[in-house]
Amino acid sequence: MNSHSLVAIDDLSRNDILDLLDRARYFEQNPNSRLLDGRVVATLFFEPSTRTRLSFETAVNRLGGRVIGFSDASTSSTSKGETLKDTIKMVSNYADLIVMRHHLEGAAQYATEVTGIPIVNAGDGANQHPSQTLLDLYSILKTQGRLDGLTITMVGDLKYGRTVHSLLMALRFFSPKFNFVSSHELRMPRQYVELCDKLGIEYHEYTDFLPQVIDQSDIIYMTRVQRERFSDIMEYERVKNLYTLRRSMLANAKPSMKILHPLPRVNEIAQDVDDDPRAYYFEQAGNGLFARQAIITNALGIDPLSNERK
Amino acid sequence: MNESKTSLAVAALRGGTVIDHIPSDALFRVAHILGIENMPNAVTIGNNLPSARGDKKGIIKVDGIEFDRPTLNRIAVIAPKATVNIIRDYEVVSKHTVELPSTLMGIVRCPNPKCITNNEPMATRFDVSDPDTPTLRCHYCNHTVAGADAEII
Ligand SMILES: [Zn+2]
Repeated sequence: MNSHSLVAIDDLSRNDILDLLDRARYFEQNPNSRLLDGRVVATLFFEPSTRTRLSFETAVNRLGGRVIGFSDASTSSTSKGETLKDTIKMVSNYADLIVMRHHLEGAAQYATEVTGIPIVNAGDGANQHPSQTLLDLYSILKTQGRLDGLTITMVGDLKYGRTVHSLLMALRFFSPKFNFVSSHELRMPRQYVELCDKLGIEYHEYTDFLPQVIDQSDIIYMTRVQRERFSDIMEYERVKNLYTLRRSMLANAKPSMKILHPLPRVNEIAQDVDDDPRAYYFEQAGNGLFARQAIITNALGIDPLSNERK
Repeated sequence: MNESKTSLAVAALRGGTVIDHIPSDALFRVAHILGIENMPNAVTIGNNLPSARGDKKGIIKVDGIEFDRPTLNRIAVIAPKATVNIIRDYEVVSKHTVELPSTLMGIVRCPNPKCITNNEPMATRFDVSDPDTPTLRCHYCNHTVAGADAEII
């Protein structure tokens, strides 16, 4: 395993996270540079994801690097039955860094074990998507001015939603208070609740999306509730509208509170929320560029802040 | 006759290995891990025998072979309380319990069909927690499986 790879947010220490967030802040102020002059970054999207690929490729381009790769496995040698190992080894001859997305879980971890060049995981099935978590953290830091001691309310699909699990893991270093709002069927897995118990992190679980929960929150993190997650369709029909955020529910929310969502949303945030100053999900997605510039430079061992740190 | 000889029930063994205290529902999987199906050695298998703990146990005796520790420790995934007796000239010369390694390489299949290990020609890898009632976590996809439910490759 090469040490500069980023496979999972759980692999990062508190200091690693803070360092990446420092970089993200730098790139927001200095989005265009030649830091990647002469470098080639491969973006291997075995599973298509236009949103994530464009964000990574923009990050490379704005850093002055060049991009090779594919956006869909059907146009690559994978469709001819080549193993992941062989594809990674082949591309390693050409690129300085591989950004990869794959529908199979653990693909990025395995890739780090078959090549010496750094791997950045841009999503491996339902498993990990660390650049999403870093942009979430950056959005929280930017809007709240701090990460420590915030009240974070997570709403919707807390069982299968990998973004909330990764965010919880990253925030465990920052003395959070959590509210978990979901139907019983989609509640936070016990392993995360037990981790909160072990670390002394305060949390409350709710099946109703109550005004007092909204009013105490610094961040409300909304997720999609998808029909296919339910074993019982009647249960889906019963709960599908219980976790929709509407503007009327924000009457007494903190002015500094921000609403986040990994996008795309369906109907879990009503359209009338978009005009509220607390709606932050579109800007949140834009922060992905800076978070990914931070991840890419870190993976390549380039320190944009070296002059500032001296 | 000393106690170890009487408790090993099925038939006396001149030399070889006796594996005792195997959970009854894991017995045939243990036999499979040890590769007993393909051995020419004399083998005695007992199952659903009463154990001192009140539940049912299995026992495997293999004549003329002393399994090495790494092989025996592989069965610890599904039989964490198994004991191993090495017999020479009808006497137990060593008795130990199996030990579950903290990492299992290429032994257990990942239960997640979308795991990379089920789709690439590669070895599986699991990290083991809680040796008494082992839980295995896939190093690749992070899925967990109880040791007792693990599918041995
Ligand atoms: Zn797995």
